[in-house]
Amino acid sequence: MSRKFSRRKFMAATAAGAAAATFKFPMPAIAQAAPFKLGLLTVKTGPLAQGGIQMEQGVLTYLKEKNNMMAGRKVEFFSADTGGNPAGTKTKVQELVERDKVDSILGPLAAFELLAITDYIAQAKVPLLSLAAAEDMTQRRPNPYFIRASATSAQFMHPMADYAAKEMKLKRVITVSEDFAFGYEQMGGFQQTFEENGGKILKKLWPPLVTPDYTPYLAQIADCDGVCQGFAGSNPLRFMKQYAAAGLKFPVVTGETGADDALLKSYGDEALGIVSCVPYTMDLDTDGNKRFVEAIIKDFNTYPGQYAALLYVNCQVVEAALKALNGDSSDKAKLITAMRAVSLTDTPRGPLKFDHFGNVIGDFYIRKLGKEGAKYGLTLWNKTIKTYHNVGQFWTYDEKKFLEQPVYSRDYPPLKP
Amino acid sequence: MNFWLVLAANSVTFGGLLFLLSAGFSLIFGLMRIPNLTHGSLFMLGAYIGVTFVAGLLGFGLNFWVAALLATLIVAAFGGLIERLLLRRLPGDALAQVLVTLGLSFMIADFCLMVWGGDPLNVVTPAGLGGFVRVGAAAFPLYRLAIIIIAAIVAAGLWLLLDRTRLGAMIRAGVDDPDMARVVGIPVSRLFTIVFALGAGLAAFAGIIGGPILSVYPGLDQDMLPLALVVVILGGTGSLLGSFVGSIIVGFIYNFGQALLPELAYFVLFLPMLLVLILRPQGLFGRHVP
Amino acid sequence: MSGRVFFFAVALAALVTVPFWTPGIYYTNVASQILFYGVFALGLNVLVGYAGLVSLGHAGLFGIAAYATGFMLQHGYGHSAAIVVALAIGLASTGVYAVVSLRATGIGFIMITLALGEILWGLAYRWISLTGGDNGISLHGRPAPFGQTLNSPTGFYYATLVVFIASVVAVAVFVRSPFGAALMGTRDQPRRMNALGYHVWAIRFYACLLSGLLTSIAGILFVYYTQFISPQTLALTSSAEVLLMVISGGPGTLLGPIVGAALVVVVKSVVSGFLERWNFLLGAIFVAIVILMPEGLVPGSARLWRLAQRKMAPSAKPAATGAKP
Repeated sequence: MSRKFSRRKFMAATAAGAAAATFKFPMPAIAQAAPFKLGLLTVKTGPLAQGGIQMEQGVLTYLKEKNNMMAGRKVEFFSADTGGNPAGTKTKVQELVERDKVDSILGPLAAFELLAITDYIAQAKVPLLSLAAAEDMTQRRPNPYFIRASATSAQFMHPMADYAAKEMKLKRVITVSEDFAFGYEQMGGFQQTFEENGGKILKKLWPPLVTPDYTPYLAQIADCDGVCQGFAGSNPLRFMKQYAAAGLKFPVVTGETGADDALLKSYGDEALGIVSCVPYTMDLDTDGNKRFVEAIIKDFNTYPGQYAALLYVNCQVVEAALKALNGDSSDKAKLITAMRAVSLTDTPRGPLKFDHFGNVIGDFYIRKLGKEGAKYGLTLWNKTIKTYHNVGQFWTYDEKKFLEQPVYSRDYPPLKP
Repeated sequence: MNFWLVLAANSVTFGGLLFLLSAGFSLIFGLMRIPNLTHGSLFMLGAYIGVTFVAGLLGFGLNFWVAALLATLIVAAFGGLIERLLLRRLPGDALAQVLVTLGLSFMIADFCLMVWGGDPLNVVTPAGLGGFVRVGAAAFPLYRLAIIIIAAIVAAGLWLLLDRTRLGAMIRAGVDDPDMARVVGIPVSRLFTIVFALGAGLAAFAGIIGGPILSVYPGLDQDMLPLALVVVILGGTGSLLGSFVGSIIVGFIYNFGQALLPELAYFVLFLPMLLVLILRPQGLFGRHVP
Repeated sequence: MSGRVFFFAVALAALVTVPFWTPGIYYTNVASQILFYGVFALGLNVLVGYAGLVSLGHAGLFGIAAYATGFMLQHGYGHSAAIVVALAIGLASTGVYAVVSLRATGIGFIMITLALGEILWGLAYRWISLTGGDNGISLHGRPAPFGQTLNSPTGFYYATLVVFIASVVAVAVFVRSPFGAALMGTRDQPRRMNALGYHVWAIRFYACLLSGLLTSIAGILFVYYTQFISPQTLALTSSAEVLLMVISGGPGTLLGPIVGAALVVVVKSVVSGFLERWNFLLGAIFVAIVILMPEGLVPGSARLWRLAQRKMAPSAKPAATGAKP
């Protein structure tokens, strides 16, 4: 089930990662051009550290692969620990912009952190590449200096709902997700597409963020033919364990975080059969992805999930934009325009480009968790069963009409009687 | 019918886990009047150490129960050290006690992050307890039923210790009147170390026992500490019976409250806690007003 | 005495010239944070240090003022209206908070305030129409008193400094006033105070109001600084953090909370840029303070300073050198 715990290797890798992150990369003795300053807003302490540590691993892997160079310029990397709260994020983004004078910023991790700094970023005119899924950042309150190579919360749920209705033939689904915006937006997106394809959402359950025991919610899951969950962080592990322990056998579908590849080493038999829709899958059989996965395994003794992979992809976007500008990052307006104009094919997540809001249009992968096809020493594996190409944040909907409807929330779309 | 049965059964079993979690805190606070805010971190530390033994630290995996015992002993020893080196200097200084216990919890939490990383760890349900018990059409996990039995055993053991042994009598004397107890020749300082170690060990034990249900992840300490406080308040401090009954009550409030009043899910525990404090500050079973 | 005046003069001079001797506007921003967290800690210290009441829910009051400001601005009101209303709501909330919490003292008070703080945090998450839920409320811009814009870090710093100095003076006046003396009396000898005819509950209630006022001021400064408020600010960890500032600096002293605020802010904001395990370091510092100076950094340093002075003055009476201060 889980990989043998190799403490020494892990400690060494963690120390290497910590050392690399703690100390800035060395300034070049003879600089052909001034170094390109890249900042990262991540969370390395506290409950969000799981995703935050992985984000940094993705960036470090890219920098190591490219020998710390981007478009012919040395990279000076600044990693900032926001502590996972908005005030800390604000302080750290100021540190990166005002003290370290970075040219671009990767991160932050959480939507509430992103919302705390979005105005500042627009004023400071520094391109920000985040994987925080807050919908309105690229919809009703777009930020011209923002670009997102991952997905909006609903972007991976629309195809999931499509697949659940058309291929899994589910008709009556109960949704359960954490009681905050990421949960609302995921489930809202799922509901809209699911109900348009003949399905019905029976109930929407919202356990608070801090819920040690999901039994009060699991007890309400009955008389349906499927469950859609949107848990993030460490919660999916606990939820699926308690779900299986409660004897529930309905098929489970989820999104980006519910069956993340980084959790494969921790999951047990309780996760067998989960179907998920994600922007990144380890299963993608391309040279670029294989190279990336092997680097993560080798350097950090862990498996890449969304956070690591999408930060790696963000670095690719930065470099591609820099190349298009011949290494000139002095005009930030040109830099963000160049970033949004980037179109790549060989990334760990496959081909991608951006829409006019700065949100990605790319491939999304439907996978089923099982024992078949497991690689790299894992017992469990997410095997790709379908790929949706060219999925944008508006799915198949008309952009204007989509923007007229309210942002997905706890009560929108409303439950049908 | 199913629904009510499952919730009722879970109320009792979750209450059992809460008792294991809060017994240590209640003991230390009731006997030594120290608000041990490191309690959540000790719970988490015990879980991490336990899961490491189970997964195989020395090249071979240990039996779950052996691992739990080892984790308990290690953290108990650590707790004894904390009391001896730090808390002993601060008798009655509540503010300094808050500072040191919170400071320690930061250190322990960051230490766990450093050693075990950010990913959640799965704790495999011990062999033989992974199945279900069928009651009518409802299925209830066997391991959760085991927890209530474990909690009852621990409660009985603690009661025997405190009420029926000489050690327990000495502890109770040392709590009621430390100066008199010293005059009579009771080694009060050493007893306090033992009590703190016992409380810490209980926290760790609860952590690893709860592992198969809760898993182990960074932030577990912050998630569980408020629950311990709620139980201690509702059940009253320093009373073992109060702790046990309080835990079951909180189990019921947690399960039925969240299921029937989802709009109030965030307040389902703290509102009753507030009400009890306003109306009866010593808790439901407490003997003296804190 | 003159040593003290000298010290304050130097401190004032240093504070007023911060933007000139710090290496960049980033540090001016850190200084602003130290100042308004200092006001927050001063507010909490009124209760913890001078009233002997430990509140673990003060982040809730801090948050209410911040949310009130954000809410008013979001609905189109001007800055003056927003600030006045926020202060009023903050005071009113503190009144309710005090009436509920003062049902108990000691551990009961701590637990009630903890429960209140958690309830306020839950409300911030769930009352989405009011607070925006975890998406929070974003602000756009700062007030411009007397035509001076506070949008620049330096401008904001000086405005915060003015408020900070006013708060410190207010607390100093309060401590030396009969009310302050009465409050400390209720901390040390509540029953005797009662017997002497003092209305202990009322004294504590007014102390809560003062505490709440300072906390609300700090909350308003915070939300103008960060330009954002969300439920995380009201979490238990935030209440614990400001309590740690007070205790580590020295409860019951004027400077203690400020030093504690500086400690926590510097470790969180500056040291975290150099040390990944800054959380561990912060915890270790707290433990070290308990070992070396359990009364807090400020009283502890004063004690060590007096010890050092005595050791360096050989003409001192022998009996005094071994005595504990």
